[in-house]
Amino acid sequence: MSDGTASSKATAQPVRSTDEVRALLDAIPYCHFLGITVEDGADGGIVSRLRFGEQIVGNAALPAIHGGVIGAFLETAAIVELLRLSPADGTLPKPVDITIAYLRSARAVDTLARTIVTKHGRRVVNVRVEAWQDDPARPVATAQGHFLVARDEG
Amino acid sequence: MVLSRLVSKPADTFSILDAVAERKGLLVNYVPHAVALGLVVVDAKPGEAWLKVPYDAKLVGNPATGVIHGGVITTLLDNCAGVAVATALPDLRSIATLDLRIDYMKPATPGLDVIGYTRCYKVTRQIAFVHGSAYHENPDDPIATTAMTFMLGANKAPPSAWQGAQS
Repeated sequence: MSDGTASSKATAQPVRSTDEVRALLDAIPYCHFLGITVEDGADGGIVSRLRFGEQIVGNAALPAIHGGVIGAFLETAAIVELLRLSPADGTLPKPVDITIAYLRSARAVDTLARTIVTKHGRRVVNVRVEAWQDDPARPVATAQGHFLVARDEG
Repeated sequence: MVLSRLVSKPADTFSILDAVAERKGLLVNYVPHAVALGLVVVDAKPGEAWLKVPYDAKLVGNPATGVIHGGVITTLLDNCAGVAVATALPDLRSIATLDLRIDYMKPATPGLDVIGYTRCYKVTRQIAFVHGSAYHENPDDPIATTAMTFMLGANKAPPSAWQGAQS
């Protein structure tokens, strides 16, 4: 790949700390509404957390978190990772498409998510996201998607 | 609330469509997050549903522009599809999202409500298939389009409203 060097450099060296990403996230009203925060991951990366609350329940009988909220959380977790890595001036990446696989019912506890940048191109980034509750080896949902990261695109 | 009080037919001929006609809020008011979002059922027919999410500052995903977060569109379409599948089924079964793809065509316009439209175009014994889109006023100028699959009867807990209807 022609820009392979540039992309590996981009993914290897984060430009923002977890605290800096948290400051950007705190400015987003929808993240407050859902209860999304970020914290340091065990591997030196960043982990997003969706705090459980009654307002995110989809099925009160189970109870289970709304599937749309899980989708929103996975999209946000991807944005979190791109904010950590992207040298852009804090401009939020724009989602182009996202595909979410629902693997297990998301129960009434906190949900965590981490993102792997599969390919960081100059304009478009491909990401994979995994969300889990108690055990990272038993994900409740996964996502794959593309984001526009160029500052000057229309 | 017991559903039989809301529809004029006896429970053995219960139809979700009757309930929709008589009280559109029925299909979303039992979903806590739908209430928190302010989702409204605009209309529903067998296998089709139109839901609306009113613009609200708490849903903003980009504070620099006031554009609502893509996740709001995801939730609107997921919930809308759930209603389309429910009205496509001849019986009361649980509906669980299996897979959901969203393509974002353009950002939502700040200050405007968003309409979600979904159509359940195929139901098999275990799976329901749905297409849909989100737009402001013109369905031919979508904010986003979606393709989804749903697992039918995946758990023993149909939506609370349905349980109320059967008891």
